[in-house]
Amino acid sequence: MSPMVRRALTLGLFGGIAGIHVSLVGIVNTFQTRDLIADIVTIGSVIPMLIAIMVGWLAGRAPRHAAELAAPTALGAGAVAGAVTGTILALLAILVDSVSLTWILVNARPQLATILQFEQGPVVGSVLLIAGGAALGAAGAVLHILPGAIARSIAMAGIITIIVALMEPFIGAVLRNVELRAIEGFLYDSGGLTLPGFILVFALIGAGVYGWATRGDRARARVEAMPPDRRRAAKIAVYLATIGILLILPQIVGQRLSEVIGTVGIYVLLGLGLNIVVGFAGLLDLGYVAFFAVGAYTTAILTSPASPVFTPELPFWGALPFVILAAALIGLAVGAPVLRLRGDYLAIVTLGFGEIAREIFKSAWAQPVTGGAQGILSIPEPIPFSRDPQSIYYPILFFCILAAIAATTLASSRVGRAWNAMREDESVAEATGVNTIKYKLLAFGLGAAFGCLGGAFFGAKIGVVFPDSFNILVSINALALIILGGMGNIAGVVLGAFVLVGLPELLREFAEYRLLIYGVVLVVMMLLRPEGLLPSRSRRAELHEVKDEDDDDMYADEVGEETGRPVVTA
Amino acid sequence: MTQAETATAPATVNEPTNGTPLLELRDLHVYYGNIEALKGVSMTVGEGEIVTLIGSNGAGKSTTLRAISGTHKPRSGAVMLEGRDIHHLPAHEIVSLGIAHSPEGRKVFSRMTVYENLQMGAFSRKGEKIEPDVARVFDLFPRLKERRTQKAGTMSGGEQQMLAMGRALMAHPKILLLDEPSMGLSPILTEQIFNIIREINGQGTTVLLVEQNALMALNAAHRGYVIQTGKILLADTAKNLAANEQVRQAYLGEI
Ligand SMILES: Nc1ncnc2c1ncn2[C@@H]1O[C@H](COP(=O)(O)OP(=O)(O)O)[C@@H](O)[C@H]1O
Ligand SMILES: [Mg+2]
Repeated sequence: MSPMVRRALTLGLFGGIAGIHVSLVGIVNTFQTRDLIADIVTIGSVIPMLIAIMVGWLAGRAPRHAAELAAPTALGAGAVAGAVTGTILALLAILVDSVSLTWILVNARPQLATILQFEQGPVVGSVLLIAGGAALGAAGAVLHILPGAIARSIAMAGIITIIVALMEPFIGAVLRNVELRAIEGFLYDSGGLTLPGFILVFALIGAGVYGWATRGDRARARVEAMPPDRRRAAKIAVYLATIGILLILPQIVGQRLSEVIGTVGIYVLLGLGLNIVVGFAGLLDLGYVAFFAVGAYTTAILTSPASPVFTPELPFWGALPFVILAAALIGLAVGAPVLRLRGDYLAIVTLGFGEIAREIFKSAWAQPVTGGAQGILSIPEPIPFSRDPQSIYYPILFFCILAAIAATTLASSRVGRAWNAMREDESVAEATGVNTIKYKLLAFGLGAAFGCLGGAFFGAKIGVVFPDSFNILVSINALALIILGGMGNIAGVVLGAFVLVGLPELLREFAEYRLLIYGVVLVVMMLLRPEGLLPSRSRRAELHEVKDEDDDDMYADEVGEETGRPVVTA
Repeated sequence: MTQAETATAPATVNEPTNGTPLLELRDLHVYYGNIEALKGVSMTVGEGEIVTLIGSNGAGKSTTLRAISGTHKPRSGAVMLEGRDIHHLPAHEIVSLGIAHSPEGRKVFSRMTVYENLQMGAFSRKGEKIEPDVARVFDLFPRLKERRTQKAGTMSGGEQQMLAMGRALMAHPKILLLDEPSMGLSPILTEQIFNIIREINGQGTTVLLVEQNALMALNAAHRGYVIQTGKILLADTAKNLAANEQVRQAYLGEI
């Protein structure tokens, strides 16, 4: 058997296993309730299709260090892989239909078989699955044959169109909110896109991505060629427009979405803070939630009439300076003991700090101050703003902008350079004159300040604090969002917060699978785009350099560049 | 003094007699955990000199430089810079007192550009203009000028070595510590690097040069020390050391 065939079969097998997995954990059944295209395709049945496309894409890909495959070979490999996946799913459908497995696998219901067989019965359904799998696998492989920009546009358009369909309740609400009912009626029908809507969205996004991929560089070059004052004016115009949109955003999107955006905003603060610690200074902190908790509890203790101590209660804004003070203290408290630790040790110790923080707030010993497991209720509103999502949005936005400005300024300053050097090589940084102790503490202190601010608004936003809100998932979320968005880049942090915090909030009905999807997204990201969605320019260069630089670097080291001959060194 | 005498008694001859030396090591003992890497090293470097420290692999050359620059602290002894003991100061303060260390193995900041590396080299000189110094480094190493915006990690070994030296120069050091600048370089490039070391010295920077390539080092230096398993074995003028039988056999590859 040729290696290509073997690879296609193996990939098809993995696709089949993935398909069985998503079917049996119930994803297919759950997403069956939602249409991608109204009355034509449900999201549930799209999932196995996506798997077939994915394995086809993988099978049609050139093996490592080999030339691109010839078109027929790639298509054949994709079709074989897709057909194998389809066959396995056909067998699964027949199995769940004929044998009752629901006593061990609750989702192995005949309904699953119906979905998988496109409601066509076992015979026609199985044929459809296998033939469809082959077709979709070949379609996945076609992406390698098409020019890169086109393939990328199609893939992006597909993903975003599915998200637009899933977002029907919110996008629909926004459209109704701004009196664009006609557009809503054109795009959506009974919980999914209409066929014309689907085609329109797909085409628009595909064209947009394609345009950017092919003409983006030219546009960027044109901006860079502008005279400096024109360029500054253009930049300011863009900033002002962005701020203008941000200011009216809550009115456009309505109550429910404002709520989500508020949560995203809090995570943007956390992400910006953690980005200073991890992205700038290179200190892997897995206990970032400790800062978040300290901010929330400091606010609660100082402001809430229900808090056991400090009876003359401060207003929210009066407590804020103390929150910053607490941040400085907790930053030092976490930073000082870990100054001498590097890499993995630092990660483990900070992980411990995060857990300790929660246990302390929860403990009976701290109960007189923190309220123990009951937490602290009735945190006041940040007057003149209220707890209403459309109102508290504004102070959160303000501090996000402030934090973003602070972070950008720092990154390009002397401090930023010191962090950069430290991240690369601590002892060389020290030898070039960087006081590494000072700059590490500064990173922890600033990270703590942003985290504590996030915590303060978290407390004000929901009005209560409970110790169990401050679990390790907060740290993981904050870290994952900066990795996903693109470490070291502020726009990346914002996008990462939207994708990892905003989307799951919007897709509450599928909350059960949140961590599963999360895991898949992160794994796929790390494989396909390790630099994140919106990487800082230097980091993107780094990761791509490493790939193609390997060989000539070795060459440069071993060959005397003056003579061009291999050199025996002394 | 005959060569036989030099071999048996580490001499203190030929050291500058006028006033305090720029740098003086007094009975340095340095440990890595329980392993004693330096067992009482004493030496001096006078202003304006090139002094070389030669010895085989693992003799303690790099450790000596680390003890001077404060990147690895001695357990006892003293590092006197212009008569003041600095051995207890943190490394980042030592560099601003005028000791710049170009560490072993081309430790450049590989993700930064050439220019950013040089900028980091001047980190200890807060607020001063660095452009004249960048220009001086580019004069010494025209190769770096061409690669000003290239990421340091993507350059060849020789270029990285030049950058490591250039970065150290950016600190305006009184004394430059160079750890095996010829390591892994072609003979022609080694020759170039040594010429540049002479040039730097000619411009007034004192150099303490660590090398395994003893022949080249003794050629360039005024005086030299031979270190073996953490102890100074010989100390003499470079010329005498190069003529010394023991040195010739052990370090110059002659039988
Ligand atoms: N980081 C380290 N940890 C433990 N031992 C070390 C370390 N660096 C050097 N040594 C030991 O100290 C001794 C001197 O090393 P070094 O100064 O690097 O020698 P040289 O530079 O002359 O080759 C050697 O025995 C070496 O194994
Ligand atoms: Mg060494």
